Amino acid sequence: MRSKLTIRLITLLFFLFPFISMAGGEKGAETDIKSEIKAYIQHHLEDTYDFGLWSYTTDEGVHEYIGFPLPVILWDNGLQVFLSSKFHHGESVAQVGDAYYKLDHGKIYKTDAEGTISYDETHHATNLKPLDFSITKNVFTIMIVSLLLFFVFSRMAKTYKTSSIPSGIGRILEPIVLYVRDDIAIPNIGKKHYKRYMSYLLTVFFFVWTINLLGLTPLGINVTNNIAVTFCLAMLTYLITTFTAKKVYWMHIFWMPGVPKLMRLVLAPIELLGTIIKPFSLMIRLYANITAGHIVLMSLIGLMFIFKSWLGSSLSFVLAFGLGILELLVAALQAYIFTMLSALYFGSAVEEHDHDHAH
Amino acid sequence: MEIPSIVGAGLIVIGAGMGIGRIGGSAMDAIARQPEASGKIQTAMLIAAALIEGIGFAALFAA
Repeated sequence: MRSKLTIRLITLLFFLFPFISMAGGEKGAETDIKSEIKAYIQHHLEDTYDFGLWSYTTDEGVHEYIGFPLPVILWDNGLQVFLSSKFHHGESVAQVGDAYYKLDHGKIYKTDAEGTISYDETHHATNLKPLDFSITKNVFTIMIVSLLLFFVFSRMAKTYKTSSIPSGIGRILEPIVLYVRDDIAIPNIGKKHYKRYMSYLLTVFFFVWTINLLGLTPLGINVTNNIAVTFCLAMLTYLITTFTAKKVYWMHIFWMPGVPKLMRLVLAPIELLGTIIKPFSLMIRLYANITAGHIVLMSLIGLMFIFKSWLGSSLSFVLAFGLGILELLVAALQAYIFTMLSALYFGSAVEEHDHDHAH
Repeated sequence: MEIPSIVGAGLIVIGAGMGIGRIGGSAMDAIARQPEASGKIQTAMLIAAALIEGIGFAALFAA
């Protein structure tokens, strides 16, 4: 019983953590709280070179950072590998061999020993940018989630070798897997072809869901807030649709059956454009939903520091709590919709007509 | 006179809200008429809502 209580307490603390970490970040800056909050949200939405949990300013005015550095991998006349702690959170120049690098607005630039960065008239740095293959926070999180999913699902698969009754984590996950199969894959793709796509659909569903859920934890993870990540996911759907498409799919794009000849010429470019718009909307939807959720959630928490009264703080807490619950739903819903629409596109790719009637 | 982009954002939200509202309302009607088909209706509703939402977000980014 006592251990259960401890677990509950730890869970509660875990969920209250974002409030605490935000409070820490705001300390010692009374000047312009609104722009401070804006900057904080902006910073949260960016990908970083270290895994920072929170930072604060001590009474002596020293910035303290809690977190751990991640490896920076650059291609700049040869491979350069070093830890991001060399940047001291952008405060100092990193020296690797005889090359110097500096962080400017979250990007790595090549500089001289003093770290001078020159700007053009639009305030863009004109310094050289080395090719960047760093393990950033997002890359690190994706790796961790992939490993976690691989571990969980291979363990789960193993238990089915001895008995068909699920055990352990399989008891929770089996209904979800079956749901993806029976309610997403089969109705949209059809009984004949769905098996080819199941592995991708399941992977994308659980990957997006886990990443979205992790984004709601106080770890400050925001992988699906990155348009590059959602672009890659949408690209996978697009490539799979294109390369597994059958004759009927292409015929419906280039030579739509059942419409007048002239109309077919008009429809072909529109349909071709449609094939690109579909994954594009997948990309934007996931990215925008999660980003909007994070911004609104953080702004509501930020209200506490604007109101600075017990009434405003409780209002902000209630709103943020409610929105947090809603975000839990959105996390699952976006994973579901991504999988669902992917399945829909796959379904249209492998559609077969054993009847000749036009539609 | 230049219209600020925030006005565009407001218009987008009105449009998307009306669209999703109509979908939701129609789905409620449909479920009330045929409760046994609620699963299928819900799926179709979510897809339609997601499509509108996608366009709405695309416009919001443009605004």
